[in-house]
Amino acid sequence: MKAAVIVFPGSNCDRDVQVALRQSMGREPLMVWHKDSDFDPVDLIVLPGGFSYGDYLRCGAMAANSPVMKEVVARAHKGVAVLGICNGFQMLTETGLVPGVLMRNADLRFVCRDVTIKVESSQSLFTAKYEQGKAIRIPVAHHDGNYFADDDTLATMEDRGQIAFRYCDPDGSVTPGSNPNGSQRNIAGVYNETKTVLGLMPHPERLADPKLGGTDGRALFDGLVEALS
Amino acid sequence: MSSVVTNERANDRPVTPEVVREHGLNEQEYDLILDIMGRAPNLLELGIFSVMWSEHCSYKSSKKWLKTLPTKGPQVIKGPGENAGVIDIGEGLAAIFKMESHNHPSFIEPYQGAATGVGGILRDVFTMGARPVANLNALRFGSPDHPKTRHLVAGVVAGVGGYGNCVGVPTVGGEVNFDASYNGNILVNAMTVGIAPADRIFYSAAAGVGKPVVYVGSKTGRDGIHGATMASAEFDDASDEKRPTVQVGDPFTEKLLIEACLELMATDAIVAIQDMGAAGLTSSSFEMASKGGSGVELELDKVPCREDGMTPYEMMLSESQERMLIVLQPGKEDLARGIFEKWDLDFAVIGHLTDSGRMVLKMHGTVVGDLPIDPLAEASPEYDRPWQPTPPQDDVDPAGFTPSVTPAAALKRLMASPDLCSKRWVWEQYDHMVMGDTVARPGGDAAVVRIHGSNRGLAMSSDCTPRYCKADPERGGAQAVAESWRNITAVGAKPLAITDNMNFGNPERPEIMGQFVGCIAGMKAACEALDYPVVSGNVSLYNETNGQAILPTPVIGGVGLIDDLDHIVGAALPGANQTLVLIGETRGHLGASIYLRDVEGALKGAPPPVDLAAERRNGDFVRAQIQSGSVTACHDLADGGLAVAVAEMALAGNCGADISAGADAPGNPPLPAWLFGEDQARYLVTTVDSGALLAAAEKAGVPAQAIGQTGDQGADARLILATGEAISLADLRAAHEGWLPGYMDR
Repeated sequence: MKAAVIVFPGSNCDRDVQVALRQSMGREPLMVWHKDSDFDPVDLIVLPGGFSYGDYLRCGAMAANSPVMKEVVARAHKGVAVLGICNGFQMLTETGLVPGVLMRNADLRFVCRDVTIKVESSQSLFTAKYEQGKAIRIPVAHHDGNYFADDDTLATMEDRGQIAFRYCDPDGSVTPGSNPNGSQRNIAGVYNETKTVLGLMPHPERLADPKLGGTDGRALFDGLVEALS
Repeated sequence: MSSVVTNERANDRPVTPEVVREHGLNEQEYDLILDIMGRAPNLLELGIFSVMWSEHCSYKSSKKWLKTLPTKGPQVIKGPGENAGVIDIGEGLAAIFKMESHNHPSFIEPYQGAATGVGGILRDVFTMGARPVANLNALRFGSPDHPKTRHLVAGVVAGVGGYGNCVGVPTVGGEVNFDASYNGNILVNAMTVGIAPADRIFYSAAAGVGKPVVYVGSKTGRDGIHGATMASAEFDDASDEKRPTVQVGDPFTEKLLIEACLELMATDAIVAIQDMGAAGLTSSSFEMASKGGSGVELELDKVPCREDGMTPYEMMLSESQERMLIVLQPGKEDLARGIFEKWDLDFAVIGHLTDSGRMVLKMHGTVVGDLPIDPLAEASPEYDRPWQPTPPQDDVDPAGFTPSVTPAAALKRLMASPDLCSKRWVWEQYDHMVMGDTVARPGGDAAVVRIHGSNRGLAMSSDCTPRYCKADPERGGAQAVAESWRNITAVGAKPLAITDNMNFGNPERPEIMGQFVGCIAGMKAACEALDYPVVSGNVSLYNETNGQAILPTPVIGGVGLIDDLDHIVGAALPGANQTLVLIGETRGHLGASIYLRDVEGALKGAPPPVDLAAERRNGDFVRAQIQSGSVTACHDLADGGLAVAVAEMALAGNCGADISAGADAPGNPPLPAWLFGEDQARYLVTTVDSGALLAAAEKAGVPAQAIGQTGDQGADARLILATGEAISLADLRAAHEGWLPGYMDR
């Protein structure tokens, strides 16, 4: 698998995801500076967490209109896998690659902590290495992760299996108490229609190393390597 | 020399005695200025003297005493005097760190005050060539009942998070306390730790005639003018009017500045580099030229400005954030410009070095200011302020005392008190995991951050017990250093060095100056005994409102080294059937304890004595036991003594414990002194082989006793402090976790 991480000036999880990809791939991903739209063909594009262009406007809104994102969108439409984590998820909703929007957290505060999320299906490039229905522990760190879409959109997404992850209790029950940000239907991550694009608020790259307290995030990267190699 | 300076824009107000006073300068200081200048200064020049000689920039009241602190050791690469301290952490790397206050601005505008405090300390560290790897902070607020407290907590925490989270440096530790003495003067002390190659440290001394002086970063605006002077004065009821002197932070630009500077530092283009912090362009250019023994000429019309029509006075005194001053090797301008343009940052050559020993400021070709550098920078006033020692207090007799509640009730009250409750509500607003190296997260004794790409780590913490410093400044100063050293030790790290942030009231009052002198004496003794030198620091005086001073608060930021991350421990009890061993001697010292203050409602007495030889012996023993793997968990004993320590360990591990054996043992002090006494030099550890541990302790001459056993983990876990009373961990957790969110949502 060849992977590229798009580095925006305010990205701050680019190195973290580079480390996780290197660990699973056994080689270096391509680090693509946001001013270089013309990068080599790859199997996976990662939009990392951070504050892209400062995010003083709506998070990800400026990034969505940057030249490099036009290229990312074009490649996504051709079927290249795209993974957007946190700020990357915000860019995906802003470009319309996945449905919905990410609003300010319901309690208006930034939240950084481990949460448990339920793997809705293992039938995707991203989740093949997870057991369906299982609760995995992954950290969140965001101010704007409150997922919203209208009821019709949500119903369609549910029918198509576009909900990737939901916030849940450690036993897998999807409860209001396990929702860290007010997201509709506890949604933590969603796919596009073809399930080649995944956006999620939790950071799988942050728990892919036993020294950091857990490895539940690693299977996402291992699964991608297996599926795309 | 261009002598008389007559630009109207610089001199739009004549320098009258009133103007001199407004600039915070007294008559003697003005006379000294006249001597140094050989003529009357114009307004621009007066403004420059005023900020350079402010307490904040010149340390004029504290210098005499700061000089007495130990600053040397084989691990020290660069002690105080640069932007931050530098220590050797082996394998060709250096740790660079410092703590700095942003107290006054944070009280006036909590979000921006705290945010720019974080921004400033980050710059101090990356200026020297380090990539920042961790932030910590020490926050002190007024009484929870005070009408402003909730607003200040919310604003400061959001500001600290808003800046650090965006820049992408994890905020891994700190402390949050409340006391009515901070009602009118909160404390916001921010610390940054960075890592750099030991042979590529950048300093501020600039020499070499003709070398270009370059301005990079954000544009200069009218914000923060005279911030350093504000931070050197007391508050009164009109302090809200000072809001315009608080700067506004832009963490995104800071992130760009970090990356661009580190990229430039990887080349050989830089002669010297300095961030524009307090007193902005004035202090950065003065310090570079002064340290390098050179002169400097600046063309102020080339300074990138946010607004039209800014005067030289405003440009020189602005404290706009996210700006740096660099002296480049000649011919490297294009290389440097290319890097800053890549990051979309302003880049302007605004002057050059000279050999005149003077700072010459020009605007549109006309000289608007001309000052001698050395006399101004180095001959700033230094005061030996009169001081009066704090009268000693009596010890509290551990036996002569009838408790008002049972130990279980006392523990629940303490664990749900503002000072000892869980601070999760605070640190979950900080991204403490970004950069992917946070091994021990907030909430323990010390945070542990892995050195990227290795199996080594840095441990760090911030500590101070202000009520001890009030009751006995010397013991309090020693205790703050000792507790820092203990916290670093308790995770298994070797403590290396500290930064200090001295927060006090008005030094012109002898009793306040006495607190300062006493704390320094205690710190000095502890630093020497523990081989724990001071490598950087900051002083914040005049923390008073309407004559009401804060508690003396010398915050200690400690850094230690872990050679092997496979041999560290946390505080969480590890599961059933292990023995709890108390290391160190327990006399039941209740004077100045949090138990007397928060349970009995009568804070009195002398704080616990600090036996530095015992600290050293006990700590070295505990560290060796952790490193050899014979200890499974460790926690230092501090506020609330043994009872609070075991409760924190039980909650962290969701694991029960029964320490009634210790309470029942003959020879131990009576309850509650046994449980809540705050004797120093103590640790609580768990082990599977208590026989071996106790034998090793005896051999090392370290007091140790088995005081109980760990219990089961899970929902039914219970804590037993003394025979007859079991505490449900679930109840204790609810009380411990509940106070702060409940308070903030009220």
